[in-house]
Amino acid sequence: MTAFAEPIALPERRGPAGRLSDFFWKHPYLLLTIMLAPPLLWLGIVYLGSLFALLLQSFFSIDDFSGLINYEFTLATYRQLLSETNLDIILRTVLMAATVTLASAVIAFPIAYYAARYAQGKWKVLFYLGVMLPLWSSYLVKIYAWKLILAKEGILTWFFEKLHLMWLLDAWLALPVVGGNSLSVSYTGTFIVFVYVWLPFMILPIQAALERVPGNLIEASSDLGGTPAQTFRFVLFPLALPGIVAGSIFTFSLTLGDYIIPQIVGSSRLFIGQAVYAQQGTAGNIPLAAAFTVVPIVIMGAYLFVAKRMGAFDAL
Amino acid sequence: MRSDRLNRSPMGLKIAAGVGLAFLHLPILLIFLYAFTTEEKSYQFPPPGLTTQWFAVAWNRPDVWAALTLSVKVASIATAVALVLGTLCAAAVSQTRFFGRETISLLVILPIALPGIITGIALRSAFSMADIPFSFWTIVLGHATFCIVVVYNNAVARFRRISGSLIEASMDLGADGFQTFRYIILPNIGTALLAGGMLAFALSFDEVIVTTFTAGQQSTLPIWMLEELIRPRQRPVTNVVAMVVVLVTFLPILGAYYLTRDGDQIAGAGK
Repeated sequence: MTAFAEPIALPERRGPAGRLSDFFWKHPYLLLTIMLAPPLLWLGIVYLGSLFALLLQSFFSIDDFSGLINYEFTLATYRQLLSETNLDIILRTVLMAATVTLASAVIAFPIAYYAARYAQGKWKVLFYLGVMLPLWSSYLVKIYAWKLILAKEGILTWFFEKLHLMWLLDAWLALPVVGGNSLSVSYTGTFIVFVYVWLPFMILPIQAALERVPGNLIEASSDLGGTPAQTFRFVLFPLALPGIVAGSIFTFSLTLGDYIIPQIVGSSRLFIGQAVYAQQGTAGNIPLAAAFTVVPIVIMGAYLFVAKRMGAFDAL
Repeated sequence: MRSDRLNRSPMGLKIAAGVGLAFLHLPILLIFLYAFTTEEKSYQFPPPGLTTQWFAVAWNRPDVWAALTLSVKVASIATAVALVLGTLCAAAVSQTRFFGRETISLLVILPIALPGIITGIALRSAFSMADIPFSFWTIVLGHATFCIVVVYNNAVARFRRISGSLIEASMDLGADGFQTFRYIILPNIGTALLAGGMLAFALSFDEVIVTTFTAGQQSTLPIWMLEELIRPRQRPVTNVVAMVVVLVTFLPILGAYYLTRDGDQIAGAGK
C-alpha cells in the first residue's frame, strides 16, 4: 500500500490569479509586507519624515542680521523659547487648556450620564446624534456662530438687555483679566468658544465609561444608605474618571494647538498656536516655530503617560 | 425587580443634560436664522427683516463655486487614497499578528492625535525643504494623511466582527485568496468602508488648520470661510455659505450612522 505514504497534495490552481493566490498562501509574510508597505511608506515618509525634519530645525538658529537659517547645531533657539514673553504665551495657553478642560468635563458629565443610564430607544439615538452632529459640524461655522452670538449688537447682548441684566455683563467685562471691550475680544469669549467646540470630544468618552457602570452598583450604594452625593463621590466619579481623563486628552491637546479660535474671538495676546503661525509666517523664524511646536508635544507626551497609568485608554 | 424610583432620572440631571444639549445646538440653529437676515453691515439681533435674496447672490458668486469645487475635488481624492491605505492597514493589523502591531496603530492615529498645527507646519517645512511648490496635490497629500485614521478605525472595528471561520470555509471550498476577498470579505466590510469614506470626506471637506499650511494661492471652502471670518466683507454671503456647509456635513454623518448602527461600534465616535 504505497498510496498512504504519498503526501496528499492539492492540485495547483490554474491561471495567473490562482497561481498568485497559491504563492501568497505559501508566503503569508510576503502578503503582509505588500499590504503594509503602502500605508507605512505613506505615513513614514510623508508624516514622520516631515515631523522629524521639523523637530530637527528647532536645533538650528536664525541669523539675526540676514534672517537666514544657520544650519548648525545649537540650543540658542530653545534659550529664545524660554524668554519671558514666550513663557507668558506658554503659561497662558496651558491655563486656558486646563480651564477649558475642567469646564467641558462639568458640562459634559450630566449629558453623558443621562445618555448612558436613562435614555432608552428613541431617546438614546437622539442623544447620540445630538452629540455627533455638533461634533462633525464645520469647525469654522461653529466659530462663526459664536462670532454672531458674542458680537456687541448680537443675540447675547439683546438677551441681557431684555432681562435687564446689562449691569451684570458690564461688570463682568470690567474685570481685569477675563474682561475686555466686548465679549468677542475677551478671554471669556475665547474660553466659551473653546468649550463649545471641544465639548462633544469630552461627552463621548465619559459616556463610554459610564455605559460600563452596572446600574445595580448605584442601587447597592443607595441601599447601603449612601446619599446621592456620596454615591457620586465614591462610586460614580471614580468609575467615570478614566473617561474624563480620556476626554481631557482631546480638549487639552486641541486647545494647546489651536490658533484660529483665539485669532477670531479673543484679545490680541497670543496663544502657542498663534505664536507658531506668526513665527513661521510673517517672522520667517522656522527654528523658533519648530521649538514652539515641541512644547505641546512634550506636554501631551507627559499627559498621555499619566493618562495611560490612570487607565484612560481603556475608555477610548 | 428594580424599583421605579431608581429608573426615573432626577430632575436636576434632566435639566442639566437638556441645557447642555441646547448649548450644543442653539448656536448652529442661529446660523440658519442669519442666512435670511436683511442686515448687511453687522450681526444685529433680532434681524430687522427676513429675505431669501442672499441665496441668489451666493449662487451667482464664482469665488464661492471655485472654492466649493476645489474642496470637493480634494476631499474626493483624499478619501480615495485614505480608503485604500486605511483598509490595507486595517486588514494587515487585524488579520495577522506580528511584531510592531501596536506601533502601527499609534502611527496611524498620530496625525490627528497631535495638534493640527504641528502636522501642518511639519508638512509645510518639508515641502519647502524638498522644493515642492504648493499645489492641488500638496493639499491632497496633507488631507489623505489624517483621513487614513478614520477609515482605519471603521475598518478595524468591522474586521474584528468577521469570524475567521468564514474565511477558512471559503478557502476549504476551493476559493482562492482573491475570490475570498471578493465574495466574503468585501461584502462584509463594505458598509464599514462606505461609512469610513463618508466620514473621511466630511473631515477633509471641513479641514482648515492643515490646509492653511499646505495650500498655495488656492482656497478651499474652509479657507474662503476663514478669510471671511478674519476680515468680514460679504456677511450675507458668508451666512448663506455657513448654512449650506452645515446641511452638507449633516448628510454623511447621518449616512455613516445608519450604515453602522447595528454594530458594537458606531462610526463617527472618534473624530
